[in-house]
Amino acid sequence: MHELSIAQSLIALIEDEMAKHGKKTLLTVKIKHGRLSAVVPEALEMGFTALTMDTRLAGARLELEEIPVVLRCRACSREFTPEGSSAFAPCPGCGEELGHAVVSGRELYIEYLELE
Amino acid sequence: MQIPVVRNILEANARIAADLKDFFAGKGILVLNLMSSPGAGKTTLLERTLTDLAPELRMAVVEGDLQTDNDARRVAATGAQAVQINTEGGCHLTSSQVQEAIKSLDLEGLDILFIENVGNLVCPAEFDVGEDFKVTLLSVAEGDDKPEKYPLMFHISAALVLNKVDLLPYVDFDLDRASRHARVLNECISVFPVSARSREGLDAWYDWLRQRLAAKRASA
Ligand SMILES: Nc1nc2c(ncn2[C@@H]2O[C@H](COP(=O)(O)OP(=O)(O)OP(=O)(O)O)[C@@H](O)[C@H]2O)c(=O)[nH]1
Ligand SMILES: [Mg+2]
Ligand SMILES: [Zn+2]
Repeated sequence: MHELSIAQSLIALIEDEMAKHGKKTLLTVKIKHGRLSAVVPEALEMGFTALTMDTRLAGARLELEEIPVVLRCRACSREFTPEGSSAFAPCPGCGEELGHAVVSGRELYIEYLELE
Repeated sequence: MQIPVVRNILEANARIAADLKDFFAGKGILVLNLMSSPGAGKTTLLERTLTDLAPELRMAVVEGDLQTDNDARRVAATGAQAVQINTEGGCHLTSSQVQEAIKSLDLEGLDILFIENVGNLVCPAEFDVGEDFKVTLLSVAEGDDKPEKYPLMFHISAALVLNKVDLLPYVDFDLDRASRHARVLNECISVFPVSARSREGLDAWYDWLRQRLAAKRASA
């Protein structure tokens, strides 16, 4: 799916940061991805491996961490994570179904790089 | 050495999308990003809309497809300007593709620019393309559980067009269930049950377009 273009953008950012810090070797990339952003880790790893083959980024370790969905109830302001497989759910505090704000779960960012 | 970065991986796309948004705002053009699974009826809805609103509005279309310029030719047959982007396997449009494509359109005096995204309910959700609003189409042949399965798409859309209601007698699609779930994901979403084939329900969709355009011009 869209993991290949995510891998492309990821590589551009990494190269930018390496240049900025004057480093030549990438050891690790730590990525945080919200559950709603629907990144499939295996697909992203495959895309990254394919696109970095025979480049100086080849062999780097991709560490992915999923950020759970956190909603804020519009009625009682309680923050909660929907249980089970569904991304949205009624508020466990007051039962309100509609209008919850997404506090987290849409992220897709590089947290840190390990460079040498 | 560990270097904290904290940069959005899709920041390049987001930056160009923001530039496009400014550019369109300056011209007072309402821009809509149409998304759905393949075959839900995006192009058919556009053909109807372009034809029916031609007397009152100037509209143009950016067509995104994996291959072929079939859709651009279909909408161009209505008399509207159309430009095709072939993503060659890419499962969504990007803001830089749209930026490039609109160079071949005459935008002077334009009222609405429709961007028909690649048929896909997942990937286009992550990539803004300079639109004011995202519009998701869902056809009643696809099942009323789609909002539950693809929550992000419905969460970020301002409007949901439930297309092919002429087929309701033949499928077990519950309009209320689909609308209810869409509203759980996005309380403010406007829902339009329509048939792009029989024209049922299209007037409400057209009114929404007129209102959105008027609101955009009023806020400028
Ligand atoms: N019965 C019925 N068929 C429809 C309706 N709208 C579109 N179709 C048919 O659905 C098929 C797909 O329509 P398109 O408009 O090409 O769909 P699309 O979403 O643009 O498809 P892609 O661009 O390939 O993703 C065509 O055969 C249309 O004639 C409708 O309201 N009712
Ligand atoms: Mg189409
Ligand atoms: Zn509550």
